[in-house]
Amino acid sequence: MNDSPISRGFSGRRRADANAKHIPPGQHLTSDFPVLSAGPTPEPDFENWQFQLGDGDAELGSWDWTQFGVLTQTDITTDIHCVTSWSKLDTRWRGVTIDTLLDAVGLTEPPSPFAIISCEGGYTTNLPSEDLIDGKAMIATHFDGQPLSPEHGGPARLLVPHLYFWKSAKWVRAIEFRDADEPGFWEQLGYHNYGDPWREQRYDGD
Amino acid sequence: MTATEATAQPALRWQTVEVLDLIEETPRVKTLVLTRPDWVKYLPGQHVDVRLTAPDGYRAQRSYSIASTPEDADLMLTVERIEDGEVSPYFTDEVRKGDKFELRGPIGRYFVWTVKLGGPLFLIAGGSGVVPLMAMLRHRAAQNSDVPATLLFSSRTERDIIYRSELDKLAARKDGFIFTHTLTREKPAGWSGRTGRIDADMLIQSGFAPGASPRIFVCGPTGFVEAAANGLLAAGHDRSAIKTERFGPTGR
Repeated sequence: MNDSPISRGFSGRRRADANAKHIPPGQHLTSDFPVLSAGPTPEPDFENWQFQLGDGDAELGSWDWTQFGVLTQTDITTDIHCVTSWSKLDTRWRGVTIDTLLDAVGLTEPPSPFAIISCEGGYTTNLPSEDLIDGKAMIATHFDGQPLSPEHGGPARLLVPHLYFWKSAKWVRAIEFRDADEPGFWEQLGYHNYGDPWREQRYDGD
Repeated sequence: MTATEATAQPALRWQTVEVLDLIEETPRVKTLVLTRPDWVKYLPGQHVDVRLTAPDGYRAQRSYSIASTPEDADLMLTVERIEDGEVSPYFTDEVRKGDKFELRGPIGRYFVWTVKLGGPLFLIAGGSGVVPLMAMLRHRAAQNSDVPATLLFSSRTERDIIYRSELDKLAARKDGFIFTHTLTREKPAGWSGRTGRIDADMLIQSGFAPGASPRIFVCGPTGFVEAAANGLLAAGHDRSAIKTERFGPTGR
């Protein structure tokens, strides 16, 4: 848009050219790792922790913490982008990809086109199943070489870094594949249903 | 005008607003009084995205909580200066009356309260985390509501207390609102408030008991919100009654 008024006296902090192409429109770099959550942080409970994979009402698989830990672990380094406008580059994660989980239950692809992610505390988020596969998403249990801390979603969070970070739901407990899309927690509250940072899909209608 | 439930709306478009006035709240915090954008309505607790444009077209975008209540004629944002920040020092140090910039909103339909939702209202603020909570208190006063309300407000020093005189005035209405200040880095001579960080004991003494089923809003820096939310749980409050909003540390 060319009709933006000039903010007199504002020059801003230019991005280093090397990073510029990694930062989506309207985002800025942070070296911290800010925390955004809608409520209190749940205390980790490894003893009763369970992760479930389902297709509609049918259970596909279920893992406790020990069982989850022996699944193939994958390391990735990726950029993350929060809808509140910070981006963090080259973050290091370890966890179990959704491909690995599907493989563990004998599937080569998601059984239904949409997925709803459920978390401790009732938080949900939704996304197309294809955004979870081909290495695009994992259930992350480690950040930067350390077990994921509770305020950042530990013991385990979804990591789907090509979408705004609210989709990377903390304290994740289940993925349910579904025939129909259904908006999750923030998606019902005015945030974009898909949330692609490169298309700046922050809010409804973007 | 009454705040009502926000309804589904088309894309939030960028609108230009003009700075009408600047209020120095503390040495590090300023309130921007702005022309009201062309919104139908907003809710106390919501925020906006702000966009600055440099002469060469470079832009920077950030989120700020709305400080005013929908009943106010103007829109107010209260901004704390973040050292090494890119945008906040522009607002606290550089911007003048008549300057223009863009914003869009209102955003967020979760961390909101209106008198229709009832109470008691239990507000817990750390530093500039008081801003969205102040919007709720201003709304409560504008509606002449007598919903019981408390604010437990943690500031670093006495000089850092935002909205201090207005909070005194709100409490002087004796309409069911009381507040407690706590200072974490000093105890000035003659100080009658609390000192030290918010803990379970302070939450019990300065707020509502779980049995009163308060609506609880906590806003502040991450460490503050973590401590307050955990203290509330320890005091027996229901997890689902506690809404939190956290900020920083970020490169704001």
